[in-house]
Amino acid sequence: MRRTLTRRGFLATVAAAGAAAAVRPPRALGHPALQGPRPGPILTRPIPSSAAGERLPLVGLGSWITFNVGDDPAARDACAEVMRAFFAGGGRLIDSSPMYGSSQDTIGDGLAKLGHPPGLFAADKVWISSGAKGPAQIDESLKKWGIPRFSLLEVHNVMSWEEHLPTLFALKKAGKLGYVGVTTSEGRRHDEIEKIMRAQPIDFVQVTYNAADREVEARILPLALERRIAVICNRPFRRGELIARTAKAPLPAFARDVDCENWAQLLLKFIVAHPAVACAIPATSRVDHVKQNVGASYGRLPDEATRQRIAAEVAKL
Amino acid sequence: MSEWWTYHLSNFLLFAPRTYFRLFELYNAAIWPAQFLALALGAVVLVLLRRGGGAQGRAIAAILAAAWLWSGIGFHALRYATINWGAVYFAWLFGLEAALFFRLALSRRAAFAWPSDGAGRIGLAVFLFAFLVEPLIGPTLLGRNWRGVELFAAAPDPTAVGTLGILLLARVRRRWLLMAAPVLWAALTGVSLLAMEARDWWIAPAAAAVALAAAGRQGKRSGGG
Repeated sequence: MRRTLTRRGFLATVAAAGAAAAVRPPRALGHPALQGPRPGPILTRPIPSSAAGERLPLVGLGSWITFNVGDDPAARDACAEVMRAFFAGGGRLIDSSPMYGSSQDTIGDGLAKLGHPPGLFAADKVWISSGAKGPAQIDESLKKWGIPRFSLLEVHNVMSWEEHLPTLFALKKAGKLGYVGVTTSEGRRHDEIEKIMRAQPIDFVQVTYNAADREVEARILPLALERRIAVICNRPFRRGELIARTAKAPLPAFARDVDCENWAQLLLKFIVAHPAVACAIPATSRVDHVKQNVGASYGRLPDEATRQRIAAEVAKL
Repeated sequence: MSEWWTYHLSNFLLFAPRTYFRLFELYNAAIWPAQFLALALGAVVLVLLRRGGGAQGRAIAAILAAAWLWSGIGFHALRYATINWGAVYFAWLFGLEAALFFRLALSRRAAFAWPSDGAGRIGLAVFLFAFLVEPLIGPTLLGRNWRGVELFAAAPDPTAVGTLGILLLARVRRRWLLMAAPVLWAALTGVSLLAMEARDWWIAPAAAAVALAAAGRQGKRSGGG
């Protein structure tokens, strides 16, 4: 990707200084589930639109593909263990969608097995072409999760967003929903996302962002900072491709300077160190991987120069 | 679908390959010991093809109707639909094919002949492949669990491939109509397995291509389909 210094880019960098200060460890958590000792308490970032100053840990848990295991009891148990390790490491945000097959059922099953951890930040989506059928789909999703309300509901892939957003805003106003957002993935429909971000009072936007897919740096992330919209980043490993690419590459020496023990953490810290990003949501069905991922919520974050070095290392592979 | 050119095959995959193949293990465990019935149905088809006789055609059509209904409801609707919302449509496709064979079974016009020409021999070979060889490929060559073995009459892929083989031996009107669903499924399963990077993705599409080519040759010779 060709990168030039633009006014927006400059402003984003300047804003980074302020936003980096916004990253802070609000509470010291025990983290016996994580691999190795953690340098300090978990890092969080504020949700800009939250009047109460609610904060989110920098790494969440996605469920695309990995939690779509049907009614396989062994696989559901394994997913529950992933969730257990995620919560034990201080994680809060779990993301799903009606589009993800049985993932919502698997999450509901896991939450029940774990006794509904109080820290859960439940993020789901509405994904149906008919706006009139949106509320019924949301009710169905709540039943699958086994919870009374969602922390965040987003319009999946901006499908029929003109019809769904009024429903979501009404739910929020009635206190039945925490936050409202829209999503896209893999660089699609950014013009429409930008239009929504400019015109609608949304709290969150979810986009694809990782060390190899950086299109959102040009317009979406600066706009999110400007409009005080929290950004959730999906496909942080490009569906495993970046992990596969880095599998045989030695971890750069500078990884230690930002408290990363492995490539997964370095790739995640590249994302969450961007000042506009509230949270990255890697998906996994393995406990060792979720421990690694949540580990990226701890320690020092890379500065802009180090982020560029991470991207350069990835580009070389 | 906007910006369709940005989509890859893998974008349409909702589940991990291990989850898909695990489905067959769970399915087989749930239907045990009905696998013996599936094997018996395939064997009966062979015997009926060899023996001929008055009710032979109707019996084979009834067996194929049962096989498509079984795979459609037992696998697609009750198993595959738990991880793929598109499986509901696959179940309808299989149900439609079952209905066509059921209608054929009632019609008295169904007739199947032991192979007497090249295309017929290809048909028998395709059926024998689906019945006896295809189920073994995953467990013996690709490292899949034996518990997930996919059998003719119970699982979609060997059922579709086996049906195409049998239809090359059919003396029925509108054979092309009966071939449509198995050919479509062969294409769909091929694409799905390709997206999963399964090494056997090409088997069902290749079998369908062979069956279609043989059927085309037969059609030209007989002057119709």
